[in-house]
Amino acid sequence: MLRVAEGFGRSVVRGVEEVGFAGALFLESVLWAAVGPTRQQPVRLTAVLSQMMQIGIGALPIATVLSATIGMMLAIQSLYSLGLFGAESFATIGIALSVVREFAPLIIGILIAGRSGSALAARFSTMMINQEVDALRVIGISPVRFLVAPALIAMMVMVPCLTMWANIVALIAAGFFVTGALEISMAAYFSDAVAALSVNDLMHGIGKSVLFAALVALVSTVNGALADGGAEGVGRRTTRAVVQSIAAIIVVDMLFAFVVTAG
Amino acid sequence: MTLLPQTAQAQTPDPGPVETPAIRVTDLQAHYGAQQVLHDIDLAVRPGEIMVIMGGSGSGKSTLLRHLVGLTRPSAGKVELLGVDITQASAREMLRLRRRIGVAFQGGALFSSMNVLDNIMLPLREHTRLDRKTMEIMARLKLEVVSLAGADALMPAQLSGGMLKRAAVARAIVMDPKLLFFDEPSAGLDPVVSSALDDLILKLREAMNMTMVVVTHELESAFKIADRITVLDQGRVLQVDTVDGIRRSGNQRIQNLLNRRSENYEVDARSYLQRLTGETPPPADMQAGLVGEI
Repeated sequence: MLRVAEGFGRSVVRGVEEVGFAGALFLESVLWAAVGPTRQQPVRLTAVLSQMMQIGIGALPIATVLSATIGMMLAIQSLYSLGLFGAESFATIGIALSVVREFAPLIIGILIAGRSGSALAARFSTMMINQEVDALRVIGISPVRFLVAPALIAMMVMVPCLTMWANIVALIAAGFFVTGALEISMAAYFSDAVAALSVNDLMHGIGKSVLFAALVALVSTVNGALADGGAEGVGRRTTRAVVQSIAAIIVVDMLFAFVVTAG
Repeated sequence: MTLLPQTAQAQTPDPGPVETPAIRVTDLQAHYGAQQVLHDIDLAVRPGEIMVIMGGSGSGKSTLLRHLVGLTRPSAGKVELLGVDITQASAREMLRLRRRIGVAFQGGALFSSMNVLDNIMLPLREHTRLDRKTMEIMARLKLEVVSLAGADALMPAQLSGGMLKRAAVARAIVMDPKLLFFDEPSAGLDPVVSSALDDLILKLREAMNMTMVVVTHELESAFKIADRITVLDQGRVLQVDTVDGIRRSGNQRIQNLLNRRSENYEVDARSYLQRLTGETPPPADMQAGLVGEI
């Protein structure tokens, strides 16, 4: 019993330490982005652009496929469930709000956690184990400025962009199904969808996506930075990064919705 | 050149005339968790000296190197490089100092996403305002020095072990540092390549008059390049001396190391059984030998 309590206590302390580490990484990244140029140590734009290509442009095909599938699935389910009450005509409103406020940011967040978060964690882990991070430090280059800040900035720019793209694709895909089922034109469908949405709804989804981006970047970086134990350590940390990122996204999603809608 | 261990059991040769050391370590202590891995290390390395730090696995030599280059903070004590106490230095002072030291890591530690030329140019890109063409010329010059001319477009994954180490040396010397540190330069290399790397170290000292600290467990290499050798054992300095002095050492542990003899632990059947069943810990010195290097 004592051992269980001790083990639990250690896990809690480790968790708090990791959260603190993530917070410190975030603040240091922001600091480098803000004051780096004045100290002749800027966050390199080329590194940010390279990360943006990998995180954003590289994810476009799979983001498109997933968003379209989610849009279609939402249309099918909405028409079925609302049809039970004879309220199919309200399907467009439900789909529009669900996609923009919830599904687009969530699916892109999970996609980025699996695709880019794992890549980040694996890259940082390998660099730690190969002493590349030590090499940066002895050269006099801050690993946070050189590695973490570009990834964080790129994520926080590209994930909202991908979310916007997912909004459009999911609504179009849903439109194909809804227009057929309700026998309305695509223009009428979009007119209804746009009328149902406000700027607040859009900002709700985009705001969440920025939060998810920061979470994925920080969770992946922290796991990468704590890697040890060779190839097995890289695998373990990468898996942990993806699982923690997705869990954090889902929990924060709920908290965000609760806090924002509570008022 | 002088290395002055001040632990009780350490033997020291005549320090020679007084000269400001390039590296001075005072009462250095280090811990991993509750275990002390470095015990009151004192040493001084004069400018232009090649100091080899030698010892068996778990002796603390790699840990000492991490403290010397400022990658790990000591539990107690002081490390001064070129007159700067790195345990107290501000970030700005450390940055200035970093430009004057180079480190060649055991595995090379080249950035896998960059080709050899970009790896070598990285310190120049970060610390100078030279135009790209000039940086390329300087980097290629260093590649010539380490006999890697023509390898600039290769990626680290395409290099052999010996090429990786030489590329790492090229990156370490690209800023013309005053201090150069090597971590196990001969590890994993065949004897011919290892010997060529030793020659390179000697050539660099001659050409650039750098102070060098080389951590190694390769005896042949140590005897070839060292001006003086520090022998570490269980985190303590056993002896500091010239190559001849170390060869003639009367210290049994050093002779064991030189003659590749393992330590004998006298155990009776009862304590052996207790160790196997985990009832008692192994002897302290054996424990230290079992702790992996970090």
